[in-house]
Formats: sequence, C-alpha cells, structure tokens
Amino acid sequence: MTLWEQLPVLVVVVPLLAAPLCVLVDRPLAAWRVALGAALLSFACAIGLLVQVPDAGAISYHLGGWEPPWGIEYRVDRLGALVLLIVSSMASLVMLYARRSVEDEIPVDRTARFYAAFLLAFAGLLGIVATGDAFNVFVFLEISSLSSYALISMGRDRRALNASFQYLVMGTIGATFILIGIGFLYMMTGTLNMQDLAARLPAVADTHTVRAGFAFLTVGIGLKLALFPLHLWLPNAYAYAPSIVSAFLAATATKVALYVMLRFMLGLFGADFALRDMPLDKILLVLGLLGILSASLVAIYQGDVKRMFAFSSVAQIGYMVLGIGVATTAGVTAAVLHLFNHALMKGALFLALGAVAYRLGTVTLRDFAGLGWRMPWTMAAILLGGLSLIGVPPTVGFLSKWYLVLAVIERGWWPVALVVLVGSLLALVYVWKLVEVAYFQRPAAGALVPREAPLSMLVPIWLLVSANIYFGLATSLSVGSAQEVASMLIGGGG
Amino acid sequence: MSGLPGLYNDFVAIFLMMAGFYVVIAQGNLVKKLVGLGLFQTSVFIFYISMGKVAGGHAPILAEGITVYSNPLPHVLILTAIVVGVATTAVGLALVVRINEAYGSVEEEDIQAKDRDAERREAVADPTTDRGADT
Repeated sequence: MTLWEQLPVLVVVVPLLAAPLCVLVDRPLAAWRVALGAALLSFACAIGLLVQVPDAGAISYHLGGWEPPWGIEYRVDRLGALVLLIVSSMASLVMLYARRSVEDEIPVDRTARFYAAFLLAFAGLLGIVATGDAFNVFVFLEISSLSSYALISMGRDRRALNASFQYLVMGTIGATFILIGIGFLYMMTGTLNMQDLAARLPAVADTHTVRAGFAFLTVGIGLKLALFPLHLWLPNAYAYAPSIVSAFLAATATKVALYVMLRFMLGLFGADFALRDMPLDKILLVLGLLGILSASLVAIYQGDVKRMFAFSSVAQIGYMVLGIGVATTAGVTAAVLHLFNHALMKGALFLALGAVAYRLGTVTLRDFAGLGWRMPWTMAAILLGGLSLIGVPPTVGFLSKWYLVLAVIERGWWPVALVVLVGSLLALVYVWKLVEVAYFQRPAAGALVPREAPLSMLVPIWLLVSANIYFGLATSLSVGSAQEVASMLIGGGG
Repeated sequence: MSGLPGLYNDFVAIFLMMAGFYVVIAQGNLVKKLVGLGLFQTSVFIFYISMGKVAGGHAPILAEGITVYSNPLPHVLILTAIVVGVATTAVGLALVVRINEAYGSVEEEDIQAKDRDAERREAVADPTTDRGADT
C-alpha cells in the first residue's frame, strides 16, 4: 500500500500521535511547533482525501487489513471529506494564531499539555468524521469531549471551571445516550459497521427497539449539537474558555455533531424512516425555529461579547437543523452549506475576539468603545464576520440564508421563511450594538489605548475573513459538494 | 428469553439508570453528581453485557461438544466504555478539585452565589478602572 492509500487513517493518527509528543518535549515553543506541524499535516491529508474521493462513492479503508463488517472500517465520502477539510483547516489556522494568545492566557508550565489536549480534541473530531463504525464514533466522541473539558477549564476566569463541569455532565449524558442508542441498533442487527447497519435496518425498522434506539440517538446527538433546549452548556463553555479553544470549538465541534446527526439519521436510518415514519423533521423544524428566535434575542442582551457570539452559535445551529427539518434535497443542501459557512464566520469572529482579549484582557461590550479606531484591522474583521453572520451579500452568510429561504419557500412555508428573516434582523441588532460601541463611542477617559493585534494573529484572522468572502463568490466547492451530499442522503434513502 | 424473568437484567439496568440520572439532576454537590453520572454510565454497561448473553450459551472458548456460545463482542465494547467512564470520572474529579480550590466549595448553590456576587461587584465598579493586566 502506498502512502496515498493510507490517507483516511493518517489524517486521524497524525494528531493523535503528536499529542503525547507535545507532552514529551514539554517546552512551550517546541510543543507549539509539534502541534502546528501535526495540524498542517492533517490538513494536507484532508486535501488529499478531498481530491481522491470519487464523486458518488466513498474511500473505504480497512483498519489492520480486516474486512468490514468484522474489522473497523474508515469511510470517507464527499460529506466526510468536506467536514475533514473544515476541521483540519480550522485547526491549522487556529494553531498558526495560537502562539501569542496561548503565551498570554495559559501558564507556561501547562502550555505543552494544553497543546496536547488540543491535538487530542482535534484527533477525536477527525476520527468521528472518518470512521465508518458506529461504536468507534462513540469512542472518538469521548476522546474529543474529554479533552475539550480539559481545554475549557484552562480559561483564566474561575467560571471556566464551572462551565467545564456543566459541559462534562451534559456531554457525558449525551454520549451515554448515544451509546444506548447504538446498543439498541446492535441488538437488532448484530453489526456495528454503518454500511452494514444501513443495509440491515430497514428489515427491522418497524420495532420498538429500533424506534427507542432512534430516540436515544436523537437526544444524545442533540445534546452534543447544542440543539435548542439542550444548549445550556454551550454559552458558558464558549464564553470562559481560552480564546483559541472558543474559536476552535465554535468552528468545529458543533459542526461535527451535525455531521453525526446527518450520518446517523439520514445515512443510517435513511431519510424515509427518519423524516417520514418518525417525526424528526417536525421536531427539528420547531426546535430550529425556537432556537433561532430565543438564542438571537438572548444574544442581544449580553454584556460579554464572547457570550453574545456563543448564543449566536446556538441560533446558527437552529438554521442548520431547520435545513434538515425541511426534509428536501434543497433543505439538506442548505444545512450542509451552513455547516461549512458557519465554521468560517464563527472561526473568524472568535479569533478576532481573541486578538481583542490579547490586547485588552477582557471582551465586555464597554471595552470595545473606540476600538474601531484603535485596532482597525481586528475590528474590521469582526465587522465583516458580523455581516456574514447577518447574511449580507457577498459573504457566505448570505449564501446559506439564500439557499435556506429558497428551500423553505419551495415547500410553501412562508411563515418559516419569515422567521429566518427575523432571525437575520435580530443578528443585525446584536452585531450593530457592537459596531456602534466600537466605531461611534469614545473610550472612557483614562482607558487603555490598545495597539493593533500582532501580525501572527491578524494573518489567520484575515485568511478566514477573506474565505468568508471568497466562498461567498466562488461557490463550486461549498455549494457543489453540499448539493451532491444532499441528493445522496435524501435520494439514497428514498 | 421472554417474559419477566428474561428481562430481569433490563429492569435492573433501567432502575440504575434512572437512579443515576436522578442523582445527577437533584444533587447540588458536585461529587455526588459525579457518583450519579457513574451510576448512569454503569447501568448502560450492564445493559450491553446482558445483551451478549445467549440462552444456554457458553463462554466463547473453542471446546469439544460445545456449539452455542455467548456473544463476546458487547463485552469487548464495554471494556472500552469502562475505560471511557473511568476517564470521565477522573476528569470530573480533577475539575471538582480545582473548583474547590477556586471557590472553596463544591456545592452548586454556593458556587452560583459567589459568581453572582462577583458579577454584581463587577457591574458596580467603575468601568474605567477595573481593566485587566494589559500594558
């Protein structure tokens, strides 16, 4: 076998093995180099996979040479390759950015282990995407979650500890629910391989066991996804985590959870069972709409900007599940597209907030007074990211809202389309609050006069901001893949 | 395997699961919450292990005259899940230790009260003088 054929496993194994290496070198700079190298290597593998993956099929990799369904299979299809690309590119950008921010926020003696935990979280997320084995999903989920808890608890504020504990409790309940769900499926089919499960489930679909498994999986994944009423862990976790952790998790963790939802609900159970026999579409529709409205409203009243964008993340998850709830190819296209686009927006926004935190120490709204003139590049990045969040053309945010509204109107659901637009208006309100303070208010007398963020931070921020605009104009990668994936998921089941 | 006796293990698992879940929700003490969480996870282990048992089946070791074997796969899966559970408990307890150092308490109510106090003081303080460590 050549190296080219080993890519599906390499993309996961590289960061997994680099993590202990970080602990072994145990010096901040060296550990950062290892982490950056691993992230970039993984990114290169992900690009290789995206090139390699055939249009309609998938790359199947047999771990240890054992044939599926007996051995564990890694399976990367179009959607998987796209999500791998998002996760690994975000990790690379965050790592490029990380050195100064981590020096500032993490005590020196913990830095190397911080990078190790970061790499483990990264490897876990990649593993969830790459694997084709249901139980493997649970294991990788826990690898990424456990290291996320550790990462969040390293925030400077002591409230980070409590936020991390809350996340641990809810995350563990979610993961255990997923475990129960997988157990029910195994009970009925005797297999854990996802392809095999998808083939065998229709025959036994009309049993209470499978329906119970479906319900457990839905709630479990909903907890990990921070689906509206299950989102309580998210705002505090994102608000008090170290800057780069917020940026990385906001851009990737919930996206991977959405990927798991698509994979299990549509890929495994099939669109027919999940969206027609079971009322998943109606549940997601209602919860998505409630999430958009309530989280956007709460975001408006936040004094802490990181918390504000964390609530905005809950609202954006609402848009994604709404796309699935529409239950058409166009709807799922919008969901996948928003998965990709939201990673770009929130990555850019949280990295820019990290730069503000680096200069000011905090990111409460009143600290932003006059910042538009003091840190022009950082603020401009936040402004553009905010515009993308609202959905102003030519940003990616516009693109995903456009496809979502089209999909909703295609079903003739005018009130739903209206709610989506109201959600955008609410986003306009909270972004405007920030812009108003930053550009039109004078800083209080005696306040610090911050300098512009260092170049090592500005470059990754602006790479992401330009990606926000680039992918808003050049749509072949994101929209093209999203459409292919959606027709595969919806069409394959029906 | 039908009827009440056959489902005995399932009822035990459900009882433990609900008991654990209740402890997680109802207890304000963080250590007790972790105990509940452990119970909750363990119930799922029992559920999995019972699932692998085949009526009249033997341990999966090749031997003369034995044709029915229990399924060893769920047991192996649960070995992994136990490791995950141990790691979760370890991380959780480490967090509780640090919460105790930072707040001087492991009671949820105390912690929330202290956070509220801190936030109130922050809001009252002069917005221009409370800024952090930057130069």
